[in-house]
Amino acid sequence: MNWLLVIAGASVGAPLRYLTDRAARARFGPGFPWGTFLVNVVGSFVLGLLTGVTSAQVHLLLGTGLCGALTTYSTFSYETLKLYEDGAKGYAALNVAGSLAAGLGAVWLGVETAGLW
Amino acid sequence: MRLRAELPVAGVVAAGGALGATARYGAGLLWPTPEGAFPWTTFTVNVLGCALLGVLMVLLTERPAEWSSEPPHPLLRPFLGTGFCGGFTTFSTYSLETERLLSAGDPTRGLLYLGATAVTALLGVGAGVAVTRAVHPRRGRA
Repeated sequence: MNWLLVIAGASVGAPLRYLTDRAARARFGPGFPWGTFLVNVVGSFVLGLLTGVTSAQVHLLLGTGLCGALTTYSTFSYETLKLYEDGAKGYAALNVAGSLAAGLGAVWLGVETAGLW
Repeated sequence: MRLRAELPVAGVVAAGGALGATARYGAGLLWPTPEGAFPWTTFTVNVLGCALLGVLMVLLTERPAEWSSEPPHPLLRPFLGTGFCGGFTTFSTYSLETERLLSAGDPTRGLLYLGATAVTALLGVGAGVAVTRAVHPRRGRA
């Protein structure tokens, strides 16, 4: 049952990440990986919010499954490497610093929000 | 963006993502991280997933000369890369684990985890790309 919850959450989170990336590319162009940045920040915020939930099942479905698959470290790293290789070293550094700071800020905001009730 | 046209890709991304997330969940069950400890399991999962994506992207997008008769199936990259590697690695758990270490009064370990993951993941993806390029050098190009 636990495995099925993770699978169900990830089956939604991963394509949501893909579609967000497609939409961001269509909207902002390929210059900066806004799609991955956005899903990583939103997923971090939601996972922070989930610290206010005690149900282990909800954590598996929405935390390990949905947020885990919505966010990604591999694509984030690969896109950073591509920016660097393509000569956009400033953007590469900005992507790392911005993602780390925004992800940490978002998760903190989620945890604090969850603590309000 | 035509949603209908995206459906097959979104479908294989979902399948790959579910597989990757399952593998990550399994790793967490096998090697649970004690409260307050350095999150080695997420660290290792993220670095491995980055290295694997580096290998895959070179094989699937940069090496037409290596394809024996036809290019790789167009759904292979979204299934393995966006799906499996994307679902296997996680940014949200990484952020939360960092926040937990920082707020638990262990800023040194929290910042170490934050920085060490970023550096090692980038080295991982770089190594995956570099090693695969070296093993399969470009043909027919100056």
